[in-house]
Amino acid sequence: MATPAAAIELNSLRRRSPRRVLPGFGLTLGYTMLYLSLLVLIPLSAVFIRSLGAGWGHFWDVVTDRRVLAALRLSFGASMMAALINVVFGLVVAWVLVRYTFPLKRLVDASVDLPFALPTAVAGIALTALYAPGGWLGVRLLSMGIKVAFTPLGVIVALTFIGLPFVVRTLQPVLEDLDNEVEQAAATLGASALQAFVRVILPALWPALLTGFALAFARAVGEYGSVIFIAGNMPMKSEIAPLLIVTKLEQYDYAGATAIAVVMLVASFSLMLAINALQHWALTRHGGR
Amino acid sequence: MIEHSAKRRAGRYIGFALALILAGVGTAPAATFKLLNVSYDPTRELYEEYNKAFAAYWKGKTGDTVIVNQSHGGSGKQARSVIDGLEADVVTLALAYDVDALANQGGLIPKNWQTRLPNNSTPYTSTIVFLVRKGNPKNIRDWNDLARPGIAVITPSPKTSGGARWNYLAAWAWALSQPGGNDAAAEAFVKKLYHNVPVLDSGARGATVTFVERGIGDVLLAWENEAYLAIKELGPAKFDIVAPSLSIVAEPPVSVVDQNVDEHGTRKVAEEYLKYLYSPQGQEIVARHFYRPRDPHVAAEHAAQFASIARLVTIDAVFGGWAKAQATHFADHGTFDRIYGQ
Repeated sequence: MATPAAAIELNSLRRRSPRRVLPGFGLTLGYTMLYLSLLVLIPLSAVFIRSLGAGWGHFWDVVTDRRVLAALRLSFGASMMAALINVVFGLVVAWVLVRYTFPLKRLVDASVDLPFALPTAVAGIALTALYAPGGWLGVRLLSMGIKVAFTPLGVIVALTFIGLPFVVRTLQPVLEDLDNEVEQAAATLGASALQAFVRVILPALWPALLTGFALAFARAVGEYGSVIFIAGNMPMKSEIAPLLIVTKLEQYDYAGATAIAVVMLVASFSLMLAINALQHWALTRHGGR
Repeated sequence: MIEHSAKRRAGRYIGFALALILAGVGTAPAATFKLLNVSYDPTRELYEEYNKAFAAYWKGKTGDTVIVNQSHGGSGKQARSVIDGLEADVVTLALAYDVDALANQGGLIPKNWQTRLPNNSTPYTSTIVFLVRKGNPKNIRDWNDLARPGIAVITPSPKTSGGARWNYLAAWAWALSQPGGNDAAAEAFVKKLYHNVPVLDSGARGATVTFVERGIGDVLLAWENEAYLAIKELGPAKFDIVAPSLSIVAEPPVSVVDQNVDEHGTRKVAEEYLKYLYSPQGQEIVARHFYRPRDPHVAAEHAAQFASIARLVTIDAVFGGWAKAQATHFADHGTFDRIYGQ
């Protein structure tokens, strides 16, 4: 971290930026790099190295396998759906919690965090009990011809559950800072309620919505514990990619398992980069927060 | 200088004392050994009782104290933990394939580990039986009933559950034993059977929950010891056990982990720990937990508590051992993947 090139870089940064009140840029950046390396970069590079343990041919065979592709499609597709659902309904929840007061509001607010705190296996078992064909909700849905547990729909339900707090907790502070005077101003200028929402409030929320979406999505892609209980795990149909990783490990195929992991990692990282770029664009375009 | 020689003299006394202890001369103080037994899920209660019995036996025999710690989990996951450095002194897993991995992947034990103890290093066995709803409303009697249309069969995925591989192989072995049975007929039968599986849980416990708690399915393919345990715990009012005409001898093997016992200096006690499983006392405990004992006397005493299955086949006789069965049936693109249209 103290290579000459880095030192020059730091110096020029110091020169360019205005004087800071608190010192310690070099130290904190160094610490950040060390911390990230130990926790993220080194373990992840081990994944990359291990995935090629049995050669490129094996890597390619694994990641182009029909079953693996089907699982990747399900994992990313269901995560995307779940995150989208959470963006819409998470916004409603956040809005209600910020803008209104009602009895037991604190309790409702706290319950949003439950998916964070609950062991995911418990969530999976509870959701399965509820949505299974014999379950309390499952029976009613089945009479309408909808099967949730043991189908891809069940996967989406579990992923929506675990992603909810990410959207709500990202939106809440932004909504709190958003004075309702802006809506009033819009109204006095002749905007309808819908116009005020779409043209005034939504633009201010875009960056936070995107962040919430990205967090919920990222959380969902890697989820294992809750999904395996409700998915039914039928090959080609309701089998998520993390389950295939476990399947490969069960065969002591470390290279195959990490190959799937690498594909998930690269795909997730690219999506995150794209979302960040979108966010940057939203910020600069609307000049919002 | 004086201090130095005093130290040296003290060192010599200590050395002498140590030599005495090692040689077993005089009254050597009792030692305390710690063993770690890495096992699979359903053996929790069995080893809880066995560890106490062994500790008492060892204390009486040598005066030494043994503390055995247990670790339980899915068989494959447990084997991987040991390969990755969990310092198990002994492993007691669900199938030889997972112990083989300690030799092949980890180099922790010699490849001939299974010949070191009697009965393929398997001091107790189990088999695969059917657990059905009370009164057997769907009239399930044998394997062919499982492939009937309208029957829902609950069994975990053999890709992720070691135990479920025995289920799959038992079904295959039954189909082979039928008139005109061959591999193609067996594959067709197993395909029909798995067509009746609505949920592929990732582990045996998950499948039991699906069947027992969730109320899904007409029949659960289960290890005999698990089935009897379920009935014992949940009461005989809810389920019946059906013994098929043919089943497979499920052999959960045991082994000392050579590299770890040599490092810990626990080889002797670890080996005795496994050998005691074969003793009448050990076999008695095993039988109490619904595993089939190897000892003929103990087996005869407990014969009434086990399902009577006309024909029991072994994996070695029908499938040529685990390595071959794994490669043919459960590896990627094996028969199990094929029946799901791959």
